Amino acid sequence: MEKQGRYGDFGGYYVPEVLMPALEELEQAFERYRDDEQFCAELKRLLNDYAGRPTPLYLSEALSQRVGAQVYLKREDLLHGGAHKLNNTLGQGLLANYMGKKKLIAETGAGQHGLATATVGAFFGMEVKVFMGVTDIERQKPNVEKMQLLGAEVIPVTGASGTLKDAINEALRYWTAHVDDTFYLFGTAAGPHPYPSMVRQFQRIIGDETRRQCLEKTNRLPNLITACVGGGSNAIGLFAAFLDDKAVRIVGVEAAGYGVDTDKHACTLQRGSVGVLHGAQSYVLQDENGQVIESHSVSAGLDYPGVGPEHSFLKDCGRVEYVGATDDEVLDTFLYMTRSEGIFPAFESAHAVAWVISQAGKFNPDDIIIINLSGRGDKDVEAFMKYRPDSIKKKA
Amino acid sequence: MKSYHDVFSKNKRTALIPFFVLGDPDDATSLELIKTAIDAGADVLELGIPFSDPIADGPTIQKADIRALENGMNCERSFEMIRQIKAYRDIPIGLLMYYNLICHYGREKFYRDAAAAGVNSVLVADLCVDDADEVQEFIRANGMETVYMVTPNTSAERRLKIGKLCSGFIYTVSTLGVTGIRTDMGKLVEPLVKTLKAETKVPVCVGFGVSLPEHVRQLAAAGADGVFVGSAVVKIIEQNLGNPHQAREQMGKYIEQMRQATER
Ligand SMILES: Cc1ncc(COP(=O)(O)O)c(C=O)c1O
Repeated sequence: MEKQGRYGDFGGYYVPEVLMPALEELEQAFERYRDDEQFCAELKRLLNDYAGRPTPLYLSEALSQRVGAQVYLKREDLLHGGAHKLNNTLGQGLLANYMGKKKLIAETGAGQHGLATATVGAFFGMEVKVFMGVTDIERQKPNVEKMQLLGAEVIPVTGASGTLKDAINEALRYWTAHVDDTFYLFGTAAGPHPYPSMVRQFQRIIGDETRRQCLEKTNRLPNLITACVGGGSNAIGLFAAFLDDKAVRIVGVEAAGYGVDTDKHACTLQRGSVGVLHGAQSYVLQDENGQVIESHSVSAGLDYPGVGPEHSFLKDCGRVEYVGATDDEVLDTFLYMTRSEGIFPAFESAHAVAWVISQAGKFNPDDIIIINLSGRGDKDVEAFMKYRPDSIKKKA
Repeated sequence: MKSYHDVFSKNKRTALIPFFVLGDPDDATSLELIKTAIDAGADVLELGIPFSDPIADGPTIQKADIRALENGMNCERSFEMIRQIKAYRDIPIGLLMYYNLICHYGREKFYRDAAAAGVNSVLVADLCVDDADEVQEFIRANGMETVYMVTPNTSAERRLKIGKLCSGFIYTVSTLGVTGIRTDMGKLVEPLVKTLKAETKVPVCVGFGVSLPEHVRQLAAAGADGVFVGSAVVKIIEQNLGNPHQAREQMGKYIEQMRQATER
């Protein structure tokens, strides 16, 4: 018997019985509306007129020169709210609206998904509760205030390290007690079925647009596409449109923190082992007893010891390479991008840029490289100044 | 080895099933408190192996997991402790835990080692009947009982599927939510117990929120074959950290009082 929501052995729905009715209801609604003409037309209108799609595919001359190839940025940082997260929250928010739900909950790490959920909550007139780790509240303060201004309640979560994993735990617990009337708007391509496939579906507009834009601009497909991987939503959104193009090299960049061979990183795919966390079988950072380890990253959005199941599948079958960028490389890249391009990249997105920079000189000059710039870095300015207080005096 | 059937078929009263996180707060105290509960009248034990991310548990059991993990508890040591409990008294033991620990240990080996230590059943909080095939062969191979949860929002169709698969008992969750002490049992549980009793012959045991003698009497009257007392038991440990003697005294009294409430 074929199991549902599986990518090879990965995925599934490993959740307490109490959540099953809600997951079944969600799956049925998603299957009913995903290709529904009216739903799709409405979503398209929201994505275009409200959120600002399509986002540009921009040839960065500075990066091209530095790397020695044609480097393009997919500008999800220009989407309303400042990150790719809104693609997914508009999709799920509209679905919730069709389902007649009036209450949304969400977890957030960097605050971008919380912000994007608060945004659709304000838009559709729904009550929003956002669960956020205390460590993340501290390091992503501007987003907390924005969520509150949008009318959302931000619920601080302590847990083991006060980061994304703890926020998801607490959101799941809350959902358990409020399943009958609450829609859990999950923020990444992880979690139990149907979330990984639903989030992929709502994010694949990134890849579909990119593919079209690349063909329009260059008449060919890219040689390499890359994106940062936290739970994996911006990455799978981009990758989805290129998986069948065997000549396109695909690279996912994880947060290597202090270094992938230290004990402070979030390289779930590179250093984890197969386990079950947050409702899915996937790679997990865990110790010799099967206890989940606290991850580390300078970027709250990648600071997660789990990852979406499809990425685990893509790693094992060899279609996608997973690599890392360290905190230091990311901070260097953040400043480099501001000074050379006038763009603040989100710490998360800067991982993908940093890895491409680390590969400078390894490409043919006419190779086309596309980096998903998943979000903007306004939220990270305060944290950056703490790490690199001398940046304002010196020139990069 | 004593079976669930031995307890549920012979008992004229509702079985009292306290829950402990193994190794909370340390192995010696944990073992002593479990023995105390046995002496005070526990009919069956429900034991947890601590996990870093217990999504079905409220704050009280979360804290117990953290204490036990800080004490270095893992599967091997849990089985060792269960052997010691079984050496003290032949009482049926169910494990209540999370799937990652089983997968990491190795499914086949986990069920074999658990059965060898004296475990009657393993209830996996985050594994539904839909995926029963992942563990069922190991349950059968080791002669263990099958236990799954039913919650107040479980559909009739799923309830029947679960009822068919369960052999030991049906873990009946009293309410929508995570584990934790509740002041009253709510409106959902009595009709659910009655429905299950009408639908199946498998013993129906109720957990989540049970903490007062009046809860036990209410559930007994509704027809429950057993009641789980989790957070209230764990709370006694939490409130007496550093004072194991007092913890034992309070545990003994509490279990006795709850046990009295099971007499029909
Ligand atoms: C800008 C940005 N990029 C990437 C991520 C990582 O999430 P995912 O891997 O789901 O794209 C986040 C998460 O908060 C984010 O804010």
